Amino acid sequence: MNLTQQQIYHWLIQCSQTFAQEQNNLTELDTAIGDGDHGLNMNRGFQKVAEKLPSVEDKDIATLLKTTGMTLLSSVGGASGPLFGTFFIKAAQSAAGKEALSVADLAELIKTGTEGVVSRGKAEPNDKTMCDVWWPVSTALENAASQPLNEAISAAVEAAKQGVESTIPMQARKGRASYLGERSIGHADPGGTSVLLLMKTLQQSL
Amino acid sequence: MKKLINRVEDIISEVNQGLVAAHPELRLNIDPTYLVHKDAPIKNKVGLLSGGGSGHEPMHSGYIGLGMLDGACPGEMFTSPTPDQMMECAMAIDSGEGVLMIIKNYTGDVLNFETAAELLHDAGTQVATVLVDDDVAVKDSLYTAGRRGVANTVLMEKILGAAAVKGYTLDQLVELGHKTNNNGYSLGVALHACTVPAAGKPSFELPDNEMEFGVGIHGEPGIERRSFSNLNNTVDQMFQTLIDNGHYERVIRQWDRQNSCWQEHKQIKQPLKKGDRVIALVNNLGATPLSELYAVYHRLQTCCHQFGLTIERNLVGSYCTALDMQGVSITLLKVDDETLMLWDEPVNTPALRWKC
Repeated sequence: MNLTQQQIYHWLIQCSQTFAQEQNNLTELDTAIGDGDHGLNMNRGFQKVAEKLPSVEDKDIATLLKTTGMTLLSSVGGASGPLFGTFFIKAAQSAAGKEALSVADLAELIKTGTEGVVSRGKAEPNDKTMCDVWWPVSTALENAASQPLNEAISAAVEAAKQGVESTIPMQARKGRASYLGERSIGHADPGGTSVLLLMKTLQQSL
Repeated sequence: MKKLINRVEDIISEVNQGLVAAHPELRLNIDPTYLVHKDAPIKNKVGLLSGGGSGHEPMHSGYIGLGMLDGACPGEMFTSPTPDQMMECAMAIDSGEGVLMIIKNYTGDVLNFETAAELLHDAGTQVATVLVDDDVAVKDSLYTAGRRGVANTVLMEKILGAAAVKGYTLDQLVELGHKTNNNGYSLGVALHACTVPAAGKPSFELPDNEMEFGVGIHGEPGIERRSFSNLNNTVDQMFQTLIDNGHYERVIRQWDRQNSCWQEHKQIKQPLKKGDRVIALVNNLGATPLSELYAVYHRLQTCCHQFGLTIERNLVGSYCTALDMQGVSITLLKVDDETLMLWDEPVNTPALRWKC
């Protein structure tokens, strides 16, 4: 079973509900080590995506992803705007010309998107950023290339959960949380938590 | 939380509308949001653009006008504006001499401004960038996002703004920007957290006998929590940190117009030393009474005198705030004849005005 264009569309639209529901939880995480607006910003971005996406509903997967990326770039702001925007814009390049995505295609797409985020934000492993969640997700999907889609995505969600957990004991070395030094230890990274929410929502849209 | 707001979603829009209503020489563009002076673009002058999250008023929109900025992009509360805002604002203020973007070193600002610079370059606009990183609370840039850009931004906007009026080219402004940034040192302390409206409660709790030392301008805690006793002790600790943490090496990325790429430049700040001349800024982080700011200035003057710094000019007031954070920052900018001459040039903006 492949991931269809309709499922991708449904996923991106569903994200607007996910981030509306999770806005306060994300804000609470961000208040601990940032400035308390991550939830609001992600919610604003995905509400815009939900407004924009119907105008390209019948277009290919690459167009859906690129529209999402451009919309996030121009509506989220902060560090999350360019980082999540870049993820979807790069992911779109990997999906060019594809009608549906196999697990291997999805793995490639997440990998390409992750590389885009790393190149824009210059994150390294254990910096306590969203990349500490993107990397394990990407690896999990690559390892699951021969498994059915739902099992591969379950593995990716599990990897995302562990990725978020792994950021808790880390000291931030990038972004605003890095100014807290050791005081950034003990809290999950808000951007990484948003990655987990994206993956959970993908799972729900199967 | 009791604040003079209607809906959290409408705050920024209402602030911007109020600002242009009070200062009709500014023009507000909606979707994307940016503000420009009605005279922009000014013929034969490089356009100056800055921006950042809202909540730092009067920075940046309050500094649009003669001798300072041509345009500013306010983001959401404490959130960087987006590349499309910066791109359209830059195009609206470009007279053909190019646009200089003054960027505070915060990850979000840097990522969005860098994206905007690339897009503007591709669209044929001459664009250059100057990064501000004056906050000495951050000691190294290896394990952090580097020193934050805070209140020295105000002094730099004034000095670079005067230079642009005097006909400095884009490259000359970049050089002056590096110099002014490398000569500026800031440090902030908080006695009480601010309340970000979306969060609805103070960002952290502080007992009466403690302060957050080395805070930025986004309501986050500082680099450490210290005990608080009184004014003199606090200012003395701030001054000592400004002096001790002067030497700072890091690599700054700068847009290379010739080769269409980012170039990394090693930059070094030298510590302040006896005999230096400075502009001193005592800045309100939001909820500190002017009386306390003047008392801080009084003590700062003593510290400078004892150390051997000459305060050539000063500013005391609300210039680079963090909503309603109770606290103060001190900025010392080492000046030479060139920068002091530019400082004294006329300025006419909503928040800074002299000699006109």
